[in-house]
Amino acid sequence: MGDWKAITVPLLSSDSKNIFPYTSERKRSPTSMNSQVLRLSLPSPKNMYSFFGAFCTEENLEQSISYIDRELTTMGFPSIYAESKGKELNLVSIINCMNELLVLQHKNLRAQEEVEMQHLKLGSDMDHLQNCYAKLKVQKLQNIISSRATQYNHDMKRKEREYNKLKERLHQLVMNKKDKKLAMEVLNYVGRADGKRGAWRTDKTEARNEEEMYKVLLSDYEQRQKQLLLENAELKKILQQMKKDIVSLLPPQKQKPKERSEDGLVLSDQEEDIGELNKENMWELSCETVREQLTNSIRKQWRMLKNHVEKLDNQVSRGHSGAWNEKDVISREAHELETEKLELEIQQCKEMIKTQQQLLQQQLTCDDDTTLLLQDCYLLEERERLQEEWRLFREQKKNFEKERKSFTEAAIRLGLERKAFEEDRGAWLKHQFLSMTADCKPENVTTSAFLRSSDPDIRLVKSASRQRKPPFVLSPAVSPEPCQISQYITHNSVASEKPAADNMPNLWVESDDKEGTEECTKLWEDSGVGTLCRNLHMEQLP
Amino acid sequence: MNFSELFKLSGLLGRFSPDGKCLASCIQHRLLVRDASSLQILHLYTCLDQIQYIEWSSDSLFILCAMYKRGVVQVWSLEQPDWHCKIDEGSAGLVASCWSPDGRHILNTTEFHLRITVWSLCTKSVSYIKYPKACQQGVAFTKDGRYMAVVERRDCKDFISIFVCNNWQLLRHFDTESQDLFGIEWAPNGCVLAAWDTCLEYKVLLYSLDGRLLSSYRAYEWPLGVKSIAWSPSSQFLAIGSFDEKVRILNHVTWKKITELDHPATISSKNTIVYKEVEKSPTVDTERLTFPPTRALASSLFSTQSKYEISQVPVSLQYTKPVADRANPKVGVGMLAFSADNCFLATKNDNIPNAVWIWDIRKLKLSVVLEQLSSIQGFQWDPCQPRLAVCTGSSRVYLWSPAGCVVVQVPGEGDFQITSISWHPSGDSMLLLSKENFCVCYLEREEVK
Repeated sequence: MGDWKAITVPLLSSDSKNIFPYTSERKRSPTSMNSQVLRLSLPSPKNMYSFFGAFCTEENLEQSISYIDRELTTMGFPSIYAESKGKELNLVSIINCMNELLVLQHKNLRAQEEVEMQHLKLGSDMDHLQNCYAKLKVQKLQNIISSRATQYNHDMKRKEREYNKLKERLHQLVMNKKDKKLAMEVLNYVGRADGKRGAWRTDKTEARNEEEMYKVLLSDYEQRQKQLLLENAELKKILQQMKKDIVSLLPPQKQKPKERSEDGLVLSDQEEDIGELNKENMWELSCETVREQLTNSIRKQWRMLKNHVEKLDNQVSRGHSGAWNEKDVISREAHELETEKLELEIQQCKEMIKTQQQLLQQQLTCDDDTTLLLQDCYLLEERERLQEEWRLFREQKKNFEKERKSFTEAAIRLGLERKAFEEDRGAWLKHQFLSMTADCKPENVTTSAFLRSSDPDIRLVKSASRQRKPPFVLSPAVSPEPCQISQYITHNSVASEKPAADNMPNLWVESDDKEGTEECTKLWEDSGVGTLCRNLHMEQLP
Repeated sequence: MNFSELFKLSGLLGRFSPDGKCLASCIQHRLLVRDASSLQILHLYTCLDQIQYIEWSSDSLFILCAMYKRGVVQVWSLEQPDWHCKIDEGSAGLVASCWSPDGRHILNTTEFHLRITVWSLCTKSVSYIKYPKACQQGVAFTKDGRYMAVVERRDCKDFISIFVCNNWQLLRHFDTESQDLFGIEWAPNGCVLAAWDTCLEYKVLLYSLDGRLLSSYRAYEWPLGVKSIAWSPSSQFLAIGSFDEKVRILNHVTWKKITELDHPATISSKNTIVYKEVEKSPTVDTERLTFPPTRALASSLFSTQSKYEISQVPVSLQYTKPVADRANPKVGVGMLAFSADNCFLATKNDNIPNAVWIWDIRKLKLSVVLEQLSSIQGFQWDPCQPRLAVCTGSSRVYLWSPAGCVVVQVPGEGDFQITSISWHPSGDSMLLLSKENFCVCYLEREEVK
C-alpha cells in the first residue's frame, strides 16, 4: 500500500459542519484541535475550501487522522487504519468511507429538498384553508343571524298577538265606558269648508269615489305620457341631427364599405326609407321598427366614424414614430416639396405686393404738382394718340377724297366720252344710212369716214379699243349700263359722247370681262363711287 | 334682516298659519295668536292643561290644542273667539291628534293605538278606524287633501287602507309585503304611495293610488336599512337615506335607482365648495369698557361671533364613530329634504353631525358642504326659493343659497339656543324656536347675496 503518512485528506464541509459542533462539545480532541474546532464551528460553504488546510496541517496530521478515524468508527464506518494500532492507513477503507459519506450527503440533500417542498405546500394549504375558514365563518355567522332573526320574529309575533289580545280587551272596556259620556262638547256645529252639505254613504258614492280615483290616476298618467312623448321627440330629433353630423364628418370613402358588403347596400336603402319614415312619423308614432332602425343606423355610423378616427390616429402615430411605409414617406416628401413651392410662391407674391404697394405709395404720396404733371402726361399721351388717330383719319379721308375725285373725273370723262361716242355713233349711223343710200363712195372715205367721222360703231370700237388699254375702271363705266346707253342713244339726238364699244357692238355688253365688269361693279359699288358716277351720268345727260 | 324680540314659548310650539297671516305660540296652557308681521297679540286662549301639540286647520280659521295627559283636544276659532269645542277621549287616552285636510274633522289616536277616532265639527257623526299601526308615520294625507292612507296591522301582518276624505269611505284595503312597516308617504302628485319597512329590513314599497304594487326596492339585505325618506316636489324622485351613510335616489319612470350619494368623511372632489364656520374673536372697544359692565356689553363679550370661510379641498370632516352596541345608532342619513324648486337636496349624515351636505339634483353631484362648529339640530328649505336655513343650537342662524352663505347672529341677550326653524309660507320670514323662547326673523326681498 505504501507509506500514507504524507497524504493530506480533504475534508467534506458538510461533515465538518456536522462534526464540529459535536466535537466542540466532546472535548476529547486535543487542545490544538479544539481551538481549531472552535474556530471552525461557524463555517460557511464559501470558506469551505479555505479551511481545507485549517483542520489538518502538516503538524497535526497524526492527530487529525486519528480524530477522523474515531469519528468514522463512532458513525459505524470501518476504521481507516490498516491495523488496529498501526499508523498505516487503509486506502481502500478510506475510499469506501468517503464514498459512503458522499452517498449520505446526496441523500441528505434530497431529503432537505423534499422537506422544503413540503413546507411550501403546507404553507399554501394553510393560506387556502384560512380563507375557506374565514368564508365559512362568515357563512356560519350569517346562518346564525338568520336563525336568530327568524326566532326573534317568531317571538315578536307571539308577543304581538298577546298585545293585541290585551288591546282588544282594553278596547272593549273603554268602549263600554264611553257609551255613557258625551265625548264632544261644541258650542255649535260649524259649516263645511266647501259650504255643501254632507252626503250619505251609499253605493252610489262608492262608485263615484272609484271613478274619481281612476280619473286622478288617469290624468296623472296622461300627463306623464305627454312629458315622455315630448322627451322622446326631442331625443329623436337630436339623434337625427347627430346622424347627419356623423355622416357629414365621415369622408366620402364611406361609400366603399357600403358597396362592398351586401348588408351595406341593404342598409343604405333602409336608411333612405328610415329618413323618409322618420320625417313623417317622428311626431306621431313611436314605431318599434322605426326606432330600432334609427338606433341601428346611428350605431353603424358611429362605428364607422370611430374606425375612421382610429385610422387617423394610427396614421398620426405611425408618422410620429417614423415607420418606413413607402407610401407615407413619399407622400410626406411630396407634401414638403409642395409646401416649399407654395412658400416660394407666397414669397414672390409678397414681393410683388410690396412693389405694388410702393408704387401705390409713391402715387399717393406725390405732391400735387407732380400729380398734375403726371396727369398731364397721361393727357398728353392720350392727346398724342388721338392726334395720331386723327392724322390717320385725315389721311384716309384725303385718300378717299382723291379717289372720289378721280372717280368723279373718270366719270366725267366717261360721260364726255360717252357723249362723243354717241355723237360718233349717230354720225356713223347717219353715214351708214347715207352710204347705204349713196352706194358709191370711196372706201377710203368710208374708212376714213369710218375712222374720222362720227361713226358710232367704229368709234365705239376704237374708243373701246382705245379705252380698253387704260384701266378697267373706265370700261365698266359703260358695260353695266347697256340699257342706259341705249337710252342715251335713243333719247339723245346729239351723240356727244363716245361711249366705249367693242368689235361686236351687240355683244360687247355681255361678252368679255363680264366677270371683270362684275367685279368692277362690285368695287364700284363698294367704294360707293359707282353710284356717284351713275348720278353724274344722270345729271350730265339731261 | 330684521329680528324681532324674544318671546316666551314652551314645548317648541310655534306655528305660522297656512295663509301666513298669523302666528300661534304656546306658553304652558295658554295659546297666543299674533299677527305675523307685527307680532301683535290678536287672541289669547286658555286651555285646560299644558298644551302638548297645536295645529292650524288648513283654512287658518281654527287651531286645535291637544293635551295628551288629560286626553283632551280643544279647538279654537279665530273668526269667533267665543266659539269653543272640546273633545274628551276619556279613558281611551290620547297619543296623537291632527286635522283632516278639509279643516273640519279631527283625527285622534287613542292610547296604545287602539283606534283612530274621526270627529266631525260639522255633524254629529263619528267614525272609527280600527287597528291603526303604532309607527312613526302611520297616517298620510295627499297634498290635495282628497285621500288618506292609514297603516293597519292585523294578525301580525301589515295592511294599508285608503280613505276618501270627503266622506270617509274606504276606497282600498290591501296587504303589504313588509315585515313591519315603519312609515308611509304620498308623492306630491297624489298618485303614488311610498311605504318603507323597519330599519331591520331594507325595503321600500311603492303603491299606486288604486292599491296596485308598482315596485319594490331593496338595496341590501342584512345591515340596518332605511332611516329617512323624501319625495321631490315634482314627484320625479324618491330619495332614500339609509344607515350605510348613503342616499339612493329612485326615478318615477322605472322606480329603479339612478344614483347613490355617498357621505364620506373626506371630501376630495374639486367641484365641491366647503364652507367652514370659524369663530372670530369679538372686537372689544377698550375705551367703552365701564365698571360695572352693562349687560349688553357682557353678553357681547361672551358671545362668540363666527363667519364662513371656504376650506380648500381635500377636507376631512369631523367624524364620530358610532357606538356599536346601542339601538338606533347615530349612523346613517337621518335628515333629507328637497328644495322647493326641485334642484337641490340637503342631507345630514349622523356620523358627521356637524355637516350639511347639499347636492345638486340636476347634476347628481355634491355641490356644497356646510361645516358648522356644533352639531346640526335642523334645517329647512324656503318654501319659495332654493334657500336653506340651518340651526345648530347656537344663537346664530345660517342661510345658504346658490349665491352664497351667511351667518347671522340673533341680536339679544345671548342665551338663545335655536333648535328649530320654521319658514313663513311666503318665504319672507322665519320662526326661530328654542326651548324657552322664539324669535321671528324678517328677511328683505333682495336679501340673499
